Amino acid sequence: MIKRIVFTLLTLLCAATAQAQTVRMATTTSTANTGLLDYLLPKFRSRTGITVQYVAVGTGAALKIGEQGDADVVLVHDRESEDQFVAAGFGVKRHDVMYNDFVIVGAPADPAQIRGLKDAAAALKRIRAAGSAFVSRGDRSGTHLRELQLWRAAGVEPKWDGYYLSIGQGMGTALIMAYEKRGYTLTDRGTYLAYLKKTDLQIMVEGDSRLNNPYSVIAVNPSRHPRINHAGATRFIDWLTSDEGQRAIADYKVGGAQLFFPSAK
Amino acid sequence: MDLLEPTRQAFALLFSGDRELWGIIWLSLWVSVAALALLAPLCVPLGFVVARIHFPGRRALVVAMQGFLSFPTVVVGLVLYLVLSRRGPLGAFELLFTPAAILIGYMVIALPILMVFTVAAVQGADSRIYETARCLGARPLRAMATTLWEVRFAVTAGFVNAFGRVVSEVGCALLVGGNIAGLTRNIPTAIALETSKGEFAYGIALGFVLMVIAVGVNVALAWLQGEGGLE
Repeated sequence: MIKRIVFTLLTLLCAATAQAQTVRMATTTSTANTGLLDYLLPKFRSRTGITVQYVAVGTGAALKIGEQGDADVVLVHDRESEDQFVAAGFGVKRHDVMYNDFVIVGAPADPAQIRGLKDAAAALKRIRAAGSAFVSRGDRSGTHLRELQLWRAAGVEPKWDGYYLSIGQGMGTALIMAYEKRGYTLTDRGTYLAYLKKTDLQIMVEGDSRLNNPYSVIAVNPSRHPRINHAGATRFIDWLTSDEGQRAIADYKVGGAQLFFPSAK
Repeated sequence: MDLLEPTRQAFALLFSGDRELWGIIWLSLWVSVAALALLAPLCVPLGFVVARIHFPGRRALVVAMQGFLSFPTVVVGLVLYLVLSRRGPLGAFELLFTPAAILIGYMVIALPILMVFTVAAVQGADSRIYETARCLGARPLRAMATTLWEVRFAVTAGFVNAFGRVVSEVGCALLVGGNIAGLTRNIPTAIALETSKGEFAYGIALGFVLMVIAVGVNVALAWLQGEGGLE
């Protein structure tokens, strides 16, 4: 009798855990801060019954988490490090998911006079010349890596005392700090729009082709980490790049504005 | 995960005199010490007065201070953030995300600790110390100093306790300091964020320094107390 109860309980437990399947994802702060994930993931769950748990860190850290097998899938935005990640065998394959763009935002007073410039590197050069406050993510995120590329293009070393602020934190914090310090920062448009009411920052520079911001999703390589949930990760990627997932991304709006544009092939 | 390699790198960093790393350590130390130094002339006499003089609401005050001992530092950070933000009541001073903001936070956190320890120390002292000093012609201030001198070990324990709390807390320093490299990045915030970046060597090096400081301060206290601490 007791045996039977234990058996029934165990069966129920197994059934319950199978129901509550989870996928662990490492992703960037921009997908979380914009509210996109909290909008997308419940849709995925109601379709498949799979819960996606995510940690939102910079792209560099997200890839590192994937590398160590502490996540099943990564959703990131830095082409160069994504390619390295796949080439080194840490990830299976890179799938385009969506894109938005970066913008340089700043305090309305615009102390470095960059408003309306079309050349992002030239704008950074002016900010440096004016010695204005500039908040840098400083966390090897996709945004930080892009910022560093722009500084290289500008031929300026991003280091000036007390005003080049490297904070090692997420995009939302960087925007708030740029507001508090009356300075500038490089941000993805999505997070900027999601934080519109929290700061008085305005878009100063946009439209430079160097400001394109593609996101991709990569399953962590199961041959390196046999215990990860590769099947779940694959289902998530399939859904995200399916018509349904892509339409959901396009439908996500904050304050009436679309934040991400689907790009799955 | 390999533990040995990051640890080796950590010590290499420490002993190579990495400027950024030592800058972080220095910030942690000076802000903590400054917060306590600024509080000492206020808290110690105030603690004495609360312990010695009966006034209405005294018990409620002591209970409130004891309650604040276990106040989460991250909530102190949150309240201070709202007050110091440019949209907050003290926004005009533009103190948010500066070392001064961390200093203020540390003072708020340390204040109840210093008060409670001083009150307990003075209440535990033989009240005849004060009365004898007065009888021998000491003015009240002088008699207070005599009493405090007699209970100096218990009061010092309060400072060590407060130092340990502020030097190791991460919530308030991260919120109001903002972890800006070279400006407001201190040991705990650096550990928290370097680890999230996967920079384990940095985290281990700083964690090691933090433990050395904590143990060092306690050893120094024991040495200062000498026999007195054991009686």
